[in-house]
Amino acid sequence: MRVEGGIRFIILSEVVFPILLLIFGVYHGVMQVLYRAGVIKADSFLGIDYYQGLTLHGVINAIVFTTFFAVAFGNAVVLYLLKKPLRPAVQWLSWILMVGGTLMAAWAMFTKKATVLYTFYPPLIAHWTFYIGTVILVVGSLIPFFFDWIPNAVAWKRENPDKKIPLAVFGVFVNHILWTIMIVPVAIEILFQLFPLSVGWVDEINPLLARTLFWFFGHPVVYFWLLPAYVMLYTMLPKIASEKGKLYSDPAGRLAFILFLLFSLPVGLHHQFTEPGISNAWKLIHAIFTFCVALPSLITAFTVAASLEYSAKAEDSSVKNSKFYWWTRLPYLRLEGDKWLFSYLFAGLVLFFFGGITGIVNASYNLNLAVHNTAYVPGHFHTTVGGLVLLSFLGMSLYMVSKLRGTDVKFKGLAALAPYFWMQGMFMFSYAMMVGGALEGFPRRTNAGLTYLNPDSPLYRPEWVGYAQLSVVGGALLGIGFVLFLVAFFGTLLAPKVRESVVEFPIAEAYHDAPTPVLNNLKGWTVAAVLLAVLSYIPPLYDVTQRGVFYNSPAYNEQFPMPLKQLQQTEAETKELSMKEER
Amino acid sequence: MDRAERNALTVAIGLLLFFFVLIVYAAKGLKIDLPTCITDVQPFKEGKLIQHAPNRYELHVVARMWYFDFNQGSTEIEIPAGSVVDIYLTSADVVHGMHVNGTTVNLMAIPGTVNYARYKFEKPGVYHVVCHEFCGVGHHAMQGKIVVKEVER
Repeated sequence: MRVEGGIRFIILSEVVFPILLLIFGVYHGVMQVLYRAGVIKADSFLGIDYYQGLTLHGVINAIVFTTFFAVAFGNAVVLYLLKKPLRPAVQWLSWILMVGGTLMAAWAMFTKKATVLYTFYPPLIAHWTFYIGTVILVVGSLIPFFFDWIPNAVAWKRENPDKKIPLAVFGVFVNHILWTIMIVPVAIEILFQLFPLSVGWVDEINPLLARTLFWFFGHPVVYFWLLPAYVMLYTMLPKIASEKGKLYSDPAGRLAFILFLLFSLPVGLHHQFTEPGISNAWKLIHAIFTFCVALPSLITAFTVAASLEYSAKAEDSSVKNSKFYWWTRLPYLRLEGDKWLFSYLFAGLVLFFFGGITGIVNASYNLNLAVHNTAYVPGHFHTTVGGLVLLSFLGMSLYMVSKLRGTDVKFKGLAALAPYFWMQGMFMFSYAMMVGGALEGFPRRTNAGLTYLNPDSPLYRPEWVGYAQLSVVGGALLGIGFVLFLVAFFGTLLAPKVRESVVEFPIAEAYHDAPTPVLNNLKGWTVAAVLLAVLSYIPPLYDVTQRGVFYNSPAYNEQFPMPLKQLQQTEAETKELSMKEER
Repeated sequence: MDRAERNALTVAIGLLLFFFVLIVYAAKGLKIDLPTCITDVQPFKEGKLIQHAPNRYELHVVARMWYFDFNQGSTEIEIPAGSVVDIYLTSADVVHGMHVNGTTVNLMAIPGTVNYARYKFEKPGVYHVVCHEFCGVGHHAMQGKIVVKEVER
């Protein structure tokens, strides 16, 4: 489908802008393994502090990049499959809010006014622009859903009353419904706790309530990252694997998306297993729901494998009767047409296999005591959000740029190799982090090169050295993989135009299909999801506000061990004193 | 839904149920449970090691930027092997984490609240304690030691 003018610019820039920021995000990922292993023994390097860079790494990679991509991908999928024009006014408003909000938050982070990490736990407090910028970015990302996609889908349904809404659009809609719901608690945290504390309207807040509200958002958000990748796995991967490829089952896909909608929300307490102030009965209930949300991923594992089997056998009839040999017939590293995209989704899937298993460990209630906040946790989520999510987003970004610009994919060989470098690097990095964390207690979020991995320090911990060094090798491979991708990405972006600009996706038909009226009732499922989320959060919210908490806490910044107010007072007093002395 | 799909789903649900039964067994049978909501202990300001009986201790830990106050400002304590220690943890400023390496003692220190875990230190040796939640520029130096001494019989 042809696309020109403002809409083309908007979708294209929503892909390119976050990748420009991602260059810095990945750069500081590589820097962190060097700091942690003691290759760099310093608080900062080239003007960026370790913890400032860690904040940027988390916020850019996990919030900015993912949100922009979800909107760009949603815009393109809805436009291509429903064949209804997007509204330029809506799109521009959303674009301005998203870019403006991002720049606000980026200013705060780059000027060291928001070194609070991606989780921004109070009472550490950032400059207000960090919070408001993030809120503006998020609000901007919701606008296309409500004012473009939903009206277009309603109009489409009126014209096609007997058809099911296409599965890719269904997945995108579920994702944005989830996104809308999960924004509410974190918006409450920011607007009623952090922002007033940051500008000094209130002196103290309840930190445990803030954490509970944050994780009400903070775990569902991982499914917001994951679902666009699942849309690609269900609807596009079979078609990329083979021209004749088909999705094994369309109802299975819809069922998986609905299960995500239901069970993504009541799970946040599994990030708070080791916290006081919340009864462990509620922690166990959230653990049960977290196990439930593993189910749609297991369904997906089956459906994706079955679709790949169908596609491989359709492509090459000589493996038609084999049980396992068809695995050798998939286009792991092929350059004809759009087959290079297979490398991204496949490498991502391999990583995600381990991400899923290690995620079940995190969710496992008391087993979490062995791994909580050790390096195991980043080891785990780098195989999920840094694995399947990142690789599928990068691959699809390159694909969309080549279609929207009307160019051929340049340096296709490098583009197809990049995900395998990334996969290998991530295996080494995650192995080192997980084993070092779970068995030896190597902590996360720590500039260990200054103390624990410095042989001259009294705090030296030699048992962590091997793991930190292995993670350096992994980090180097990850850096190489990302550079290979960038060469292909910018080569394609800047290449001469050879055909008209289009929005297009390789959408596979379904092999098994059936009407699914119950699953398609998104309104009903949304109500059920909200109810379940609210019910599962009433008891813990009661605990953290009425039972367990005794005192609120004033604001701090990361530099000084005294409350911010007191610090500002002392600073003012010393200034006065020195002025008197001068006189 | 065809047969292969149904089988896959059954195996998946069965596996998750099996894991879950093991978790509940570990929590209730082996008594490896998570910290819970305690409402009867006021947050304290000073670290203290109190001996109740030859092998029974109560440890009040105050986590602060950037050290663990185990006992009146000391970041190191000694106890005999086989001691059962009731660990109470609070924070004097921002959020900290306390992980006693090699044990199931893994607690968040949240200002205004008290966290609790009980652990029996059987094996003699040095138990390193690290802060595992970002708490400011000195975070990577925030640590402590629990030295478990062999008892002569």
